[in-house]
Amino acid sequence: MARSPIIATPATGTTMLDDFFARALIAGIGIALTVGPLGCVVVWRQMAYFGDTISHSALLGAAIAVLLEAPVVLSVFGVAVAVSALLLIFQRGKLLPSDALLGILSHSMLAIGLVAIASMSWLRIDVMSLLFGDILSVGRVDLLMIWGGGAAILAVLSWIWQPLLSATINEDLARADGLRPERTGMIFTLLLALVIALAIKLIGILLITALLIIPAATARRFSSGPEQMAVIAAVLGAVAVVAGLFGSLHFDTPSGPSIVVTAFILFVFSHSSALLSRGAK
Amino acid sequence: MTNEPLLALENAGLQVDGRWLVRNVDLQVGQGEIVTLIGPNGSGKSTLVKLGLGIHQPNEGRARLKRGARIGYVPQRLAVASTVPLSVRRLIDLGAKRDNETALDALEAVGIADLVRAPVQSLSGGEFQRALLARAIAGKPDLLVLDEPVQGVDFAGEIALYDLIKSIRDTTGCGVLLVSHDLHVVMAATDTVICLNGHVCCRGTPRSVAASPEYIRLFGARAADALAVYHHEHDHTHLPDGRVQHMDGTVTDHCHPGDGHHHA
Repeated sequence: MARSPIIATPATGTTMLDDFFARALIAGIGIALTVGPLGCVVVWRQMAYFGDTISHSALLGAAIAVLLEAPVVLSVFGVAVAVSALLLIFQRGKLLPSDALLGILSHSMLAIGLVAIASMSWLRIDVMSLLFGDILSVGRVDLLMIWGGGAAILAVLSWIWQPLLSATINEDLARADGLRPERTGMIFTLLLALVIALAIKLIGILLITALLIIPAATARRFSSGPEQMAVIAAVLGAVAVVAGLFGSLHFDTPSGPSIVVTAFILFVFSHSSALLSRGAK
Repeated sequence: MTNEPLLALENAGLQVDGRWLVRNVDLQVGQGEIVTLIGPNGSGKSTLVKLGLGIHQPNEGRARLKRGARIGYVPQRLAVASTVPLSVRRLIDLGAKRDNETALDALEAVGIADLVRAPVQSLSGGEFQRALLARAIAGKPDLLVLDEPVQGVDFAGEIALYDLIKSIRDTTGCGVLLVSHDLHVVMAATDTVICLNGHVCCRGTPRSVAASPEYIRLFGARAADALAVYHHEHDHTHLPDGRVQHMDGTVTDHCHPGDGHHHA
């Protein structure tokens, strides 16, 4: 699964970006900074399962991209939007509660993606790297997309931040203030789909939600305001990415899981004091 | 100043899944007027408020808010998830940023200035209602809409809160639409009571509503008795054209305490 990372000694005349590890670090930090604030909103709005559903659908998106020779990010984003729309239609039908619908869609999309890839045996797709991330695959174009896309996502997020927060606290309150919570929520969903599409190469489909949620949950302990929590989550995510990638290099482990394990360790440490003091009572 | 009501429902109705939650409702709230909606649980009070605020659109009839009117809304139930770090100060900024002075004035008016830094999750039910009320009045609203503002507040607190709402109306001249599940405590402050049970059962001054057979049928005879204690404070009447008739017979455009027409 994990390709043994060859520690490249850069030849003279090469830049830092020629080193796959430097590229992975820069990409990872870019993703973490983008994902942190979005992750806070995911935690507040209890959208973790929704994040899973979107990211699981990314496998099908990747398969379609290879089949059509289209850009992966675009294809993954397209499938994510389609699945979100499907979910919305099902929710309007009110036949099943949301979490059951999400469970159905989430696992079905993963299965459809796996079946699609397996049935197209003439395409050589590395399923493992899609599922768990592959730092070797991060190229210069990816860096551009991640930082450019990340900046755009954060710009839009800061634009909708106040109405999004109002809608998160109470939709009726937001509507009485003349806001439009549905529209704000939809824009946020698109941002989420986009960031997941950007993050797949590094983190992998199965673990992106973890990077959304864990730094945000850790940040909650140190925050007294929503904006502060967003910033702390971004910083904690970046720390997890850097430490996780170094761990991945050192222990020869896949990048996505290594990053998530690091984020989890930070989470456990930050909450252990609270858990211990509660346990002592 | 025009006499256009701040909020008006004309023959408004809302149907959900083939069932009318409310229907054939006419309602107006003018400047300086306190209108109270009462009715049993499930009688459509909150639905009606949401129609008035444009949160729901009526299937029948019309709902109008005066153009440009600033609205201060305190919804019925609001629970802030423990995952959201939100202080009372930040709650006031929700929707629109207020400067510190405005925020503190609002918190002082509702009597919880000392809780400005407290996380909203740490507040008691009554304190949280007051914080939401502070948020609403910090926007200097033309119309204050309060959906069961006394939930989780004890009886003494209930009277204090209604006194506060009345004094806000008296000082700012805003219109108030109030929802309550029963009439007796609301009495002191209210100009018009509308008794709702899917449709308007009866309406009028608190005393006339309390005496009406429809009200007694809905709430029982004992509820009507409880009113006697409170009605003495009602010292002026709002005329249909928005002007105010006082106990001494004079008519003014607004009702301001201290303009000589009110009780000392």
